[in-house]
Amino acid sequence: MKTEPAITAPEVQTPVLPPTKLTPRQLRRARHRRTLGRFWQQFRQSKMGMIGLAILIFYAGVAIFSIFANKGALDPTITTNGPRLAGPSLHYPLGTQIDGISVLSLTIEGARISLFVGLSAALISMLLGTLIGMWAGYKSSVHDAILMRITDVFLVLPWLALAIVLAAMFGQNFWIIIIIIGLTSWAGTARLVRAQVLSVKERTYIERSRALGASDAHVVLKHITPNLMPIIFANTILTIAIAILSESQLSFLGLGDPNAKSWGTLIEEAFNHGALTLHAWWWLMAPSISIVLVVLGFTMVGFAMDEIVNPRIRER
Amino acid sequence: MGTAKYLLGKLGQLFITLILVLSLAFLLFRVWQPGDPVATWAKASGAKLNAEQLDQIRHEWGLDVPLPRQYVSYMGQMLTFNFGTSTILNPQESVSSMFWSRMAKSAILIVTSTFAAIAIGVLLGIYGGWKRQGKVDQASMSSSMILYAMPEFVLGMIFILIFAATLHWFPVSLYESPIPKTGLSHWTDVINHMALPWLTLTLAYVGEFYLVMRSSLLDVLGEEYIALARAKGVREKYVLRKHAVPNALLPTITLVALSFGFILSGVITVELVFSYPGVGKLSVDALRQRDFAVLQATFVISVIAVLLANFIADLTYAYLDPRVRRA
Repeated sequence: MKTEPAITAPEVQTPVLPPTKLTPRQLRRARHRRTLGRFWQQFRQSKMGMIGLAILIFYAGVAIFSIFANKGALDPTITTNGPRLAGPSLHYPLGTQIDGISVLSLTIEGARISLFVGLSAALISMLLGTLIGMWAGYKSSVHDAILMRITDVFLVLPWLALAIVLAAMFGQNFWIIIIIIGLTSWAGTARLVRAQVLSVKERTYIERSRALGASDAHVVLKHITPNLMPIIFANTILTIAIAILSESQLSFLGLGDPNAKSWGTLIEEAFNHGALTLHAWWWLMAPSISIVLVVLGFTMVGFAMDEIVNPRIRER
Repeated sequence: MGTAKYLLGKLGQLFITLILVLSLAFLLFRVWQPGDPVATWAKASGAKLNAEQLDQIRHEWGLDVPLPRQYVSYMGQMLTFNFGTSTILNPQESVSSMFWSRMAKSAILIVTSTFAAIAIGVLLGIYGGWKRQGKVDQASMSSSMILYAMPEFVLGMIFILIFAATLHWFPVSLYESPIPKTGLSHWTDVINHMALPWLTLTLAYVGEFYLVMRSSLLDVLGEEYIALARAKGVREKYVLRKHAVPNALLPTITLVALSFGFILSGVITVELVFSYPGVGKLSVDALRQRDFAVLQATFVISVIAVLLANFIADLTYAYLDPRVRRA
């Protein structure tokens, strides 16, 4: 029987057909759910990722709480009746700062500002980086060369020096800071996306799609982008960490919005009022620890995701 | 043959990048700059000048010609480090003379701490990658993550609280004592002042270099030629020294060069924390006073420093990896 295996048709396995009542959309949804489920199964294995996620959920809760919390209790113009520069006590668990405002409530307020700035700046950076990276990777060599030259400039630029110049010229407010951080942090993402596009666009299924008459827009939107999504997502999580760090540095230089005090602005105020020489460590402690924990949380989650979506790392 | 071509290519890239950045600086400082620099300068220096004299200065500074011609002369000025006069901070002084002494102070701090961070990070990274999941690796891994997540200025303030404000081992700030000392005690004084900022900058970047070197070594240790060397019976010490580490160093060099921009950014906040009179502190002062002439100089100089560091990294890379030269 086994003399001519080349001629006999391979035994056809009856494919496990999905129940016919599912529409294509439902089918796709089910597939996405399965993929997400698998991703979560893998993510749960990572101790680092789960610790990071726990930190982030805690701070997300704090930030959401600050939106719904009684505004009066957090309003610096009202609650200035506490003891000045008092250490941690039962009534003020994290102490008070120089105007008698509770450091705890300032830190809770700061969570919302810092997280919002970090997330928005990372979003801008992600969009810019993805767009430029895709354009450079997909288009001809001339576009690629020009865009990559510009990317290289932004990659090596001492970002804080540029940010200082921009802030000095365009003033200091919340939105300008977000834009500045977004504008100075996209280069790494662009490089990553370009490299991915270069390798994905050579694959056979892209060629097949083109042979079937697909337009550039179709290929990019339907075939290349979905393929890049996981890596871009993991990269964005890491960018958020950097954006929050960047925001704290800018605020520490006094470029923060005085009407929306982030953790960095709180530290700057404490430093400029001489908290160090007054030994008022509690004034600095909560915002500093919060920055470190949140950045750590995003970094840990990002590393764990990177390990799942980036097969080259997973092999180790 | 190949080497010369490679060098020329890299030099060309360096030049193009420099022109691009200087064009950006021109756009920012000449085209978009709010306010009239001459009027600002006149007000800050306290000189009573009439409109005619202001025009005269404007002419001397080359601000009265059309933008394209300004662009050409601007490029010339920047490339010859001619940054004009400080407009607000110190109107009697040229920016360059404000610059060089501070630059030396910053350079000592940056160069010594960066090299220390690279040395410690790379050595620990080799050990950690080799004995993966060992005690050293686990301890370095978690401390690296924390150091990476901590802003430089927070680390600096922790050191001030512990070593300066509480233990009084080191002075809180500045470059030297208010009453300068002479001879040998001058230098011990300076080193004493520099210790904490130096420690801050070193520790702030050790983590990054550790993570990079470790993961790069892990990549290389997974390669087949390492398995071959081990199968041949080469001793582990030689596998590491001859086969793994040299190859793992290559990506690390690139990342060290790329992170130089971040180091220069971190230096600004660290100098502010310690009131260390370097270029970083100068740029913060210029920012607070909106002295655009000084700001322009700090920006251009730090960009040139970063570009040069990258160029040196490229050269090192080419020297270490013959494939780069031949390609």
